[in-house]
Amino acid sequence: MMVPLNHYLIASAVLFVIGLVGVVSRRNALMILLAIELLFNAANLSFVAFARQWGDVHGQVFAFFVITVAAAEVTVGLAIAILLFRGLKSLDAHDASFMKW
Amino acid sequence: MGELVTFYLAAGAMILSALAVIWAKSPVYSLLSLLVTMCCLAVLFVLLGAVFLAALQLLIYAGAILVLFLFVFMLLKLDPATIARARQCAGRWPALLLGGWLLFQLGWILRAVLARGASAQAPVSGTIATVGGAIFHAALLPFELTSLLILAAIIGAVALAQRKHE
Repeated sequence: MMVPLNHYLIASAVLFVIGLVGVVSRRNALMILLAIELLFNAANLSFVAFARQWGDVHGQVFAFFVITVAAAEVTVGLAIAILLFRGLKSLDAHDASFMKW
Repeated sequence: MGELVTFYLAAGAMILSALAVIWAKSPVYSLLSLLVTMCCLAVLFVLLGAVFLAALQLLIYAGAILVLFLFVFMLLKLDPATIARARQCAGRWPALLLGGWLLFQLGWILRAVLARGASAQAPVSGTIATVGGAIFHAALLPFELTSLLILAAIIGAVALAQRKHE
């Protein structure tokens, strides 16, 4: 028996909300990056579930691109985190307020 | 029946480990929980017929991205005080409120969408042949642009990491 689409969409929505709560509530920059990964994966799950629903492989192609963009984002994000840690001696997002006006 | 049981096991483990990612005491525990999340997601992809994406998920996420995170964790030598402060939450209740509100909205949209009675099409097999064919025919230009994006990311990361700190 095939698992219906809405099961996947609900799992994806819950995963997205968990990731969002992580992004908003954690202060450590690395934790925020990890929570962003959860957001990417929730979106991917939706893409693949819809790809099966509509019998169209392009949803999976889009998920492939999302994975690529996530890899690029993590590379630059971690480099920025290292730079922040060198400059501020902390990874607290609240300490990095020099771009605030 | 077996598919449904597998789905519930994988999805339940995925959501529990995702919760562990955002509530874990130490960043390394969060990272390991994210690894479990990725593996469960790969199982869900296999259930959806996207075997190529499941392999990519394990290779790129579990293999490359999480190892990159682990390297940075080790590189930064997080002392116990930093880890203790990482545990602190900026605004737990506003975040939970926001999350609950978003979940309510998503549920509302899902109910409206699913009420229209989506009929399932013939399932598509996400093997390397089908996904690769789609990538190299319909999505050829975005695929080539992806290499540009990755090149830019590599140059950016190297340039950022090499910058001398005054």
